[in-house]
Amino acid sequence: MNTQLLVPLLVNGIIIGTLYGVVAMCFVLIYKASQIVNFAQGEFLLVGAWICWFLLTEFNLPFIPGFILTLVFMMAFGVALQVVVLRPMIGEPIIAVIMVTIGLSIFFQALMKYLFGVFVKPFPQVFETASVAVLGLSVQPIYLLSLVISVLIMGGFAYFYQATRLGLAMRATAFDQQAAQSLGISVRQMFAISWAISAMVSSLAGVVVGVVNGVSSQLSFFGIKVFPAVILGGLDSIVGAVVGGLVVGLVENLAEYVDSQWLHWGALYIVAPFYVLVLILMVRPHGLFGTEDIERI
Amino acid sequence: MATPLLAGRGISLSFGGINALDGVAFAVEKGELFSIIGPNGAGKTSLLNCISGRYRPTRGAVLLDGQDITRRTTNQRAGLGIGRTFQNLALFGHMTVLDNIMVGRHHQLSHGFLTGMIYWIGGAEREEQTHRREVEEIIDFLEIQHIRGEIAGTLPYGLRKRVELARAVALKPRLLLLDEPMAGMNLEEKEDMARYIIDLNEEWGITVVMIEHDMGVVMDISHRVMVLDFGKKIAEGIPEDVQRHPDVRRAYLGADEAALLGTA
Repeated sequence: MNTQLLVPLLVNGIIIGTLYGVVAMCFVLIYKASQIVNFAQGEFLLVGAWICWFLLTEFNLPFIPGFILTLVFMMAFGVALQVVVLRPMIGEPIIAVIMVTIGLSIFFQALMKYLFGVFVKPFPQVFETASVAVLGLSVQPIYLLSLVISVLIMGGFAYFYQATRLGLAMRATAFDQQAAQSLGISVRQMFAISWAISAMVSSLAGVVVGVVNGVSSQLSFFGIKVFPAVILGGLDSIVGAVVGGLVVGLVENLAEYVDSQWLHWGALYIVAPFYVLVLILMVRPHGLFGTEDIERI
Repeated sequence: MATPLLAGRGISLSFGGINALDGVAFAVEKGELFSIIGPNGAGKTSLLNCISGRYRPTRGAVLLDGQDITRRTTNQRAGLGIGRTFQNLALFGHMTVLDNIMVGRHHQLSHGFLTGMIYWIGGAEREEQTHRREVEEIIDFLEIQHIRGEIAGTLPYGLRKRVELARAVALKPRLLLLDEPMAGMNLEEKEDMARYIIDLNEEWGITVVMIEHDMGVVMDISHRVMVLDFGKKIAEGIPEDVQRHPDVRRAYLGADEAALLGTA
């Protein structure tokens, strides 16, 4: 066993895994509220990262205000998307709505390429130090920050759903729209809020990955990676999304380890999560924590 | 005469070629316990849905306290004080009884997303306490203390009906619409439910519009009764008069039997 390699990979797996978990949570948020499987989830990361990059390089904003502006923009973006594109689709067959999200995904990928080009562009340096030592490992500070923020967001989601008026209203809407409306809850508003939160929080992951790897259309691939996480955890389970995200992050990095040590097939880490996806669909199609009678697409 | 709390003006509703409701007009005074009866498919639930906002009448208007609410959405109407229960229970099955009732408080809680986040500074805590107290009152009244922490979906039918009523009352409605509150209940449960409805009406001052098939209960507790048949109003009045009305007998018993009874 080559622990010199294994331990950093596992740490990386946990960090990336929490990011997957956060994005998966955003995905589940939309699914729970409106039964829409959002294939444009990865584009939230992409758009968010580009906007942040743009604010930082073109306007020379410092990272923190630039980042906050990005979040504000993404909130408006999420609401606009829901109101303009998805609200008219209410009442249409669910498969049509899913097709629309695929369309959105293609559209925004192309739009970003048109606006910002096809090449990877690096973020301006955000942190003074290139790496910090944690338990003898050197870790990029942005990753540490992202881990902290991710955990905070997860806690925030749990609190939001369990203890706030809005969270309760969203759970109610997810379960029975008619009944929720009869109790004074605006279902349209709930949909818009779920898209806003989803876009905002996803863009956070986009910025983190962008800072580390540079921004390019590769980022939207992150959205695809989230599928195995969501399917593993169950489409409608927030806890499942977090667990699924962590598992996918770890599986990816373990696959990389196995590949580099013994198999030497190359790029196993990219496909490994999808092997898990297929396996899960065969064994437990509703996921580890999902409701059993959910509609499967 | 004072403005009625709820009024329907020539409400018609059609689905394609079928007229579910045809020019139904009625008025419910403040503090009344008003029942709507009629054979299956008479349009009772359709009418209730027109009042609650689930359906928009094809023609006609719904007025609450003299204000035209025909174009308001369901949730806006809930905000104006129209609460309802459903014919086939619509509880949030995966939530606890308490959470179900708390959802009913939704529009009462003025604190939104942002202020909720700064919970401890914003005075939301005091608001929360007031709500808790009112919710406790409802729980006490409907005698569901012992199941407050249970998941609503796991409860027996009679109790679920009661929780649904509690949730609708949590809205602090001026007008409460009950769609077959006693369907599928045994005698004891029906008696309890009838008592709750009377108390809500008399002590809590809530105007009640109720659809119910159990004629014994309807005639017993209603102040006035309206009869629908094939989407049309065929009678309205105090229970004794409605029971004696020839059209009502015909609607329920069929023309021949009514004639037979008439001769007997």
